[in-house]
Amino acid sequence: MWSFLHKLSSPKYYYEWSGKWIPWLGALTLILMGIGLYWGLVIAPPDYQQGEGYRIIYVHVPAAWMSMFVYVVMAVAGVIGLIWKIKLAEIVVAECASIGAAFTALALMTGMLWGKPMWGTYWVWDARLTSELILLFLYLGVIAIYSAIEDPRTAAKAAAIFAIVGVINIPIIHYSVVWWNTLHQGATVTKLDSPSAHPSMLIPLLIMAFAFKAYFVWLLFIRARNEILSRERSTNWVKKLVAAS
Amino acid sequence: MLRALLTIIQRDLLVAFRRRAELMNPILFYVIVVTLFPLGVSPDKNFLSQLAPGVVWVAALLAALISMESIFRQDFDDGSIEQLFLSKHPPTLLIFGKVIAHWLITGLPMLIIVPVMALLLYIPSKAIPTLFVTVLLGTPILSLIGAIGVALTAGLRGGGVLLGLLVLPLYIPVLIFASGAVSAAIDGLAYSGQLAMLGAGLILALILAPLAISASLKISMS
Repeated sequence: MWSFLHKLSSPKYYYEWSGKWIPWLGALTLILMGIGLYWGLVIAPPDYQQGEGYRIIYVHVPAAWMSMFVYVVMAVAGVIGLIWKIKLAEIVVAECASIGAAFTALALMTGMLWGKPMWGTYWVWDARLTSELILLFLYLGVIAIYSAIEDPRTAAKAAAIFAIVGVINIPIIHYSVVWWNTLHQGATVTKLDSPSAHPSMLIPLLIMAFAFKAYFVWLLFIRARNEILSRERSTNWVKKLVAAS
Repeated sequence: MLRALLTIIQRDLLVAFRRRAELMNPILFYVIVVTLFPLGVSPDKNFLSQLAPGVVWVAALLAALISMESIFRQDFDDGSIEQLFLSKHPPTLLIFGKVIAHWLITGLPMLIIVPVMALLLYIPSKAIPTLFVTVLLGTPILSLIGAIGVALTAGLRGGGVLLGLLVLPLYIPVLIFASGAVSAAIDGLAYSGQLAMLGAGLILALILAPLAISASLKISMS
């Protein structure tokens, strides 16, 4: 286990290892997403209150889950990168930031599209929406600091520190926003948490959640490989690789 | 070690007082931002007093952000920060001394000016002591978090806008609890909860922020 992780931290080994995994991850993503979407959009029964409109949750909810999951992955990679000075972990921080920001934006946009017919408005200053928006700001902050510093290794370290500061702050921000919301006014239309979803709706949602996870790993592997190639472009093994292709 | 800390604080205060005109700038900025709200929204008394807790604190956040740059910028450029890291004392402690000095210069005047501006915005005088306490507890948090942002952007040209992007989202809990406490005090509700949260935030920031600041500075120097 440790020797494998140790080997994995070498860019060259990671490049070869991830090359084998990428087709499988791609296939897994497409299969899960195909099943999940078909089940969710076609087979699952319409909601008794929201009709067909609720089906956007099959994209919205997994995206929202991923937005938080990716942030934690990014912060953990940041800790690993700062402590053991592993290049690969630094690359993961940088790539997670853009993927996570995309998931967060997707969750916000699908939420707004769903909100218009259901609540009659695109936006409500509800605790969840607000903290998701702030999460997007934090992601954009990580991207901003990463792209502002020229040296990629220094940039990744700075981004990692900001990600770690952010991960400590996210629960504080979330609960302060929850409190702020209850202080200002009671929830008006935001009681959308049905006590428990029916299995016929829940199972495709879970499948979609796994599909999004597989998609994230797939994307991360591809992006990390590209980043490695561009960072290691002056090394021998990359030159050989380019010469061979 | 304590003497080294005190020396740093003394030195930073001395440097600041040699350039007295600059000391006033964040305060003037604060007064001007607060003045913009009645002009831009409405001078109506009831309306303003409802808006006031948010306005005094949003302006305080912006003023803190504006004044943050000066904490390390010059020392970073002339190499004094590097010397702090080379000294035999723990750099985290020395950097902490710089944050304390910076708060004494920029945060402490806020204690006087914020209640004055609150009166202009028709915050009832019974809520002023609460506002005073929120400033006392809140501004050190702003300095500590802001210093992390400055440390991360210290090596960059034009880090100012980037600093706002990084730091303002992290300021949100302070804004919520501080303005919430003042609103509650105006309405005659209990506000000890918000003050307790601010105090807890201050303790957390005091413990963790210096570590993040010195780690960030180290990265910026590399």
